[in-house]
Amino acid sequence: MQQYSGFGLLKHSLSYHENWQRVWSNPTPKKHYDVVIIGGGGHGLATAYYLAKEHGITNIAVIEKGYLGGGNTARNTTIVRSNYLWDEASHLYEHSLKLWEGLAQELNYNLMFSQRGVLNLGHTLQDMRDIERRVNANRLNGIDGEVLTTAQVQEMVPILDCSTNARYPVMGASWQARAGTARHDAVAWGFARAADALGVDLLQQTEVTGIRRKDGAVEGVETNRGFISAGKVACVAAGNSSVIAKMVGMELPLESHPLQAMVSEPLKPILDTVVMSNHVHGYVSQSDKGDLVIGAGIDGYTGYGQRGSFNVVEHTIAAIIEMFPIFSRVRLNRAWGGIVDTCPDACPIISKTHIKGLYFNCGWGTGGFKATPGAGHVFAHTIAKDEPHPLAKPFSIDRFSSGELIDEHGAAGVAH
Amino acid sequence: MLLIHCPYCEEMREEEEFSPAGQAHIERPLQPEDISDEQWAHYLFFRKNPRGLHHEMWLHAAGCRKYFNATRNTATYEIMETYKMGQAPRVTANEEGQS
Repeated sequence: MQQYSGFGLLKHSLSYHENWQRVWSNPTPKKHYDVVIIGGGGHGLATAYYLAKEHGITNIAVIEKGYLGGGNTARNTTIVRSNYLWDEASHLYEHSLKLWEGLAQELNYNLMFSQRGVLNLGHTLQDMRDIERRVNANRLNGIDGEVLTTAQVQEMVPILDCSTNARYPVMGASWQARAGTARHDAVAWGFARAADALGVDLLQQTEVTGIRRKDGAVEGVETNRGFISAGKVACVAAGNSSVIAKMVGMELPLESHPLQAMVSEPLKPILDTVVMSNHVHGYVSQSDKGDLVIGAGIDGYTGYGQRGSFNVVEHTIAAIIEMFPIFSRVRLNRAWGGIVDTCPDACPIISKTHIKGLYFNCGWGTGGFKATPGAGHVFAHTIAKDEPHPLAKPFSIDRFSSGELIDEHGAAGVAH
Repeated sequence: MLLIHCPYCEEMREEEEFSPAGQAHIERPLQPEDISDEQWAHYLFFRKNPRGLHHEMWLHAAGCRKYFNATRNTATYEIMETYKMGQAPRVTANEEGQS
């Protein structure tokens, strides 16, 4: 793998940047792989990378029906944080955040990871009680967090309407300073490049049409490019997880919903942190390019169309203008939707299945991006050892029959 | 924005008047105490979530406040039909089990 550096940039400028190595190869499928990963988004690529790097399994294919990182990885609002309420979830997300902190160096790829902090606003007394409880829980779990007063929030974000005239006055906020944003595409590309360098085959434009089984164990996957034999099959298909599960006659506790997001025209720097509000139902940050990145809540109906209804966009914009009246004349550039696979308890499924050699990483719902390295890391362990990583154990699919649900609706519901 | 025909009001109305209520035709087990935890979990949480034809419940929240069923394509969002509770859908997928 060609190392990227400032010196390299200078050197290649002398040859008009025409001699850069291809970032990853475009191999033809082999007949057999030890592990086939269905889904070439951030989570799938991270899984492949950690399988190769930490478990020495390099005969891996990542099968992607479109192009790498073209699904939810390209459609999220790039927020990374770990201030979840329950122990199980906060440990998992904190594991991920810790990986984020060294990831750009490790992958030798600029992920534009920016720990600019995340504010979760409180607008009611109950909001503030919940915030205090969550911040205390975070601290007990070794995760940074502070409860801020309205004055502190106002000082941090002068353009936020903190007046008592607001329809939902800001009463305070939780603050996680180590949280922030990362460049979403770069994460997929960085993992893809690093996985490719370790010998992983990235098969794009390859769609899985079936999963072949024999005696309760997987044999391989049928694709539009022929049958590919596999020792283990790991499904990381996000919104399409239920479609894959149906191929083996399984149902999952998932519903796929459209989740919409939008960006404005680029502006000069005006917002240097991430502001979220569960109560008025919106969240916003400003990208390095200058556009305001705004996220909506999910559309209530299920859908695979990668688009949602306009009224959801309207509600979100109303919430953003309520918080930031100064944005009222900003024009939106683009709006889009992704398909998120939501679980009844707003927590993911990282699990073995009753079929030997078939694994699922799904159900991340609205908040999968922040977990990209952590999810890949624990899922790779689960696949390689055929037993759940200690952090992944509470997220087994068995929790729905045992009743050990992890209700993260409070911390994951709207904002992510 | 979807336009939805309420089978009780017998009118096409805008989506904002309605709220989706998930998969339709889920039957509560008659003897919950006789079934396994897995079967109970299946009833509570596991859903078909198909890409394609889907039978689902909607509530006409800002109208008659009644629940009804709809058959909708989850890939194109086209609504094939709406029908009253207790009625069977007229549009169904060919494949057994796919609804």
